[in-house]
Amino acid sequence: MTRMAFESSSLSQIRFSRRSACGSLLALAAWPAAAQFRVEISGVGATQLPIAIVRFRDEDKTNQSPSAIIRADLERSGAFRIVDTGQASFDEASRPDMAQWRGRTADALVGGSVTRLADGRYDIRFKLWDVVKGSELGGQSNAVETPELRLAAHRIADFIYEKLTGEKGVFSTRIAYVTKSGSRYTLRVADADGENGQVALNSGQPIISPAWSPNGKELAYVSFERQKAVVFVHTVATGERRAIADFRGSNSAPAWAPDGERLAVTLSRDGGSQLFSIGRNGGDPRRLATSPAIDTEAEYSADGRFIYFTSDRGGSPQIYRMAPGGGGAERVTFSGAYNISPTVSPDGRTLAYVTRAGNAFRLVVLDLATPGAQPLPITDTSDDEHPSFAPNGRLLIYATRAGGRSVLMTTTLDGKIKARLPSQTADLREPVWGPYGR
Amino acid sequence: MKSLHRHLLAAVAAASLAACSSVPLDSQAPVESRTGATSTTGAGTGGGASSSQTRVAPVDVTGTSNVNFSNLPRVVYFDFDSYVVKDEYRPVIEVNAKALTTNRKMKMAVEGHTDDRGSSEYNLALGQRRAEAVVKSLTLLGADPTQLEAVSFGKERPAVQGETEEAWAKNRRAELASR
Repeated sequence: MTRMAFESSSLSQIRFSRRSACGSLLALAAWPAAAQFRVEISGVGATQLPIAIVRFRDEDKTNQSPSAIIRADLERSGAFRIVDTGQASFDEASRPDMAQWRGRTADALVGGSVTRLADGRYDIRFKLWDVVKGSELGGQSNAVETPELRLAAHRIADFIYEKLTGEKGVFSTRIAYVTKSGSRYTLRVADADGENGQVALNSGQPIISPAWSPNGKELAYVSFERQKAVVFVHTVATGERRAIADFRGSNSAPAWAPDGERLAVTLSRDGGSQLFSIGRNGGDPRRLATSPAIDTEAEYSADGRFIYFTSDRGGSPQIYRMAPGGGGAERVTFSGAYNISPTVSPDGRTLAYVTRAGNAFRLVVLDLATPGAQPLPITDTSDDEHPSFAPNGRLLIYATRAGGRSVLMTTTLDGKIKARLPSQTADLREPVWGPYGR
Repeated sequence: MKSLHRHLLAAVAAASLAACSSVPLDSQAPVESRTGATSTTGAGTGGGASSSQTRVAPVDVTGTSNVNFSNLPRVVYFDFDSYVVKDEYRPVIEVNAKALTTNRKMKMAVEGHTDDRGSSEYNLALGQRRAEAVVKSLTLLGADPTQLEAVSFGKERPAVQGETEEAWAKNRRAELASR
């Protein structure tokens, strides 16, 4: 990456490129994945690497379009500008004309192929070229079952992202969220691009606050199926589930400790909404703090040094943090009279949360590493909720309201690149981004 | 005279409440369908994980429309971001407290609710605080704490839909439900 030339694209160039790419994608029904995306680019001077990803040879013989999936992944990351490739298609063994691709302003180029194997699987291959230097940067071959073709494409996007930015990609991770359709609530697990959604739980009662275990195998959440808020832990692969907090009153806001052995929860069993720590099987509840106020929405920092949480102990809801064993709390937010739903980046440097300004509830980010830093709004919507960091800390997923419905968006931390995840008719809420590995 | 009237009212209400908890689902009086309340009137009848919970299905959590409780007001409304039980709802507290003190076997859940602005979890805590304020008012008038459970649905079960101050005001509430 460091040896590759960056290009600081002007807004008009980005817009033009996006529009022409969109037009061609929408015209081609064979590329359904990318066609469902609406990537919004705002702001000037986003530093993006221009990359061309041609159609893979024989990809139209599958029910997926790996090249379109990779393009959409990389574009959504905000780190890349997608160069229009028209009808170009070649495979990993080709020797593309680098001068020609330089002329099309691409700094990197990807080609590949999909081949049906005798056992019914697909062999998906690709190669990544450095157009500026005219050299190969790597490639892979992977044999997968048909249902794993999307995942294979996401893994290629991860490879490209890491090769060119030096950071791990998050495209093969998973997200969880809740859909509401009429009076039906469904907890779903999907690919990070919102596709390939699978049902984890159907209920006639609300489900809120899903939280991934650190190993990505379990989801904790709050279900109202017992006519009150009860915290469950649910093994995604088997559907096995257990109530871990079902005390008198309400039980809510589960947050996994980084070791996966305990969770922070909000319990009202002793009066008020107070923070407790409880074992992953529901044993040994310990009170973390005692306040006459609401304490809730706990979230551990990745290094385990802090629990961030929302409290109105100062008269209005603000974000505080304390040691994981409890005790004295330190106020973190000072700007605004209503700050809720904290989530901290994996490196511990950035806090994202929702602030209320007038009647607008807006996602903001706060630089924790710079004393006195002011929160920066990164959306222009007014019903933002439930932000959650991607495991590489470069993207946030959140819920907001658009067109009278609740939708899920991803955004870069500067707010410049946003993508709306696909949805049909249901309201989508309570998104949470899973860890690496699946 | 007024006091006697209240006692009679409470006794009638208590009897109807007690009867309710033992009446099978299908012999309940029809529940009035209120516009915009579809997500709550279906409570308990939904399939999936809640199907084993039919014992709570008779409860109409939107409250005011169940004819069995027509003599017993069941909803207390709150101001924005407030959990103060206003004086105008003192009669609601009093009549339910009387029902509870008259029949010590009676149990109630007080369900706190909020409008739909802000996070699910902070609203859940606000609703919990409202429910606990109502429970405290009931116990101050003689109800036993073991008869009552304060729970919250936060913003998940709005009484009415809509993004207007009028709708929000109707959703900021605590409802008394027999258990």
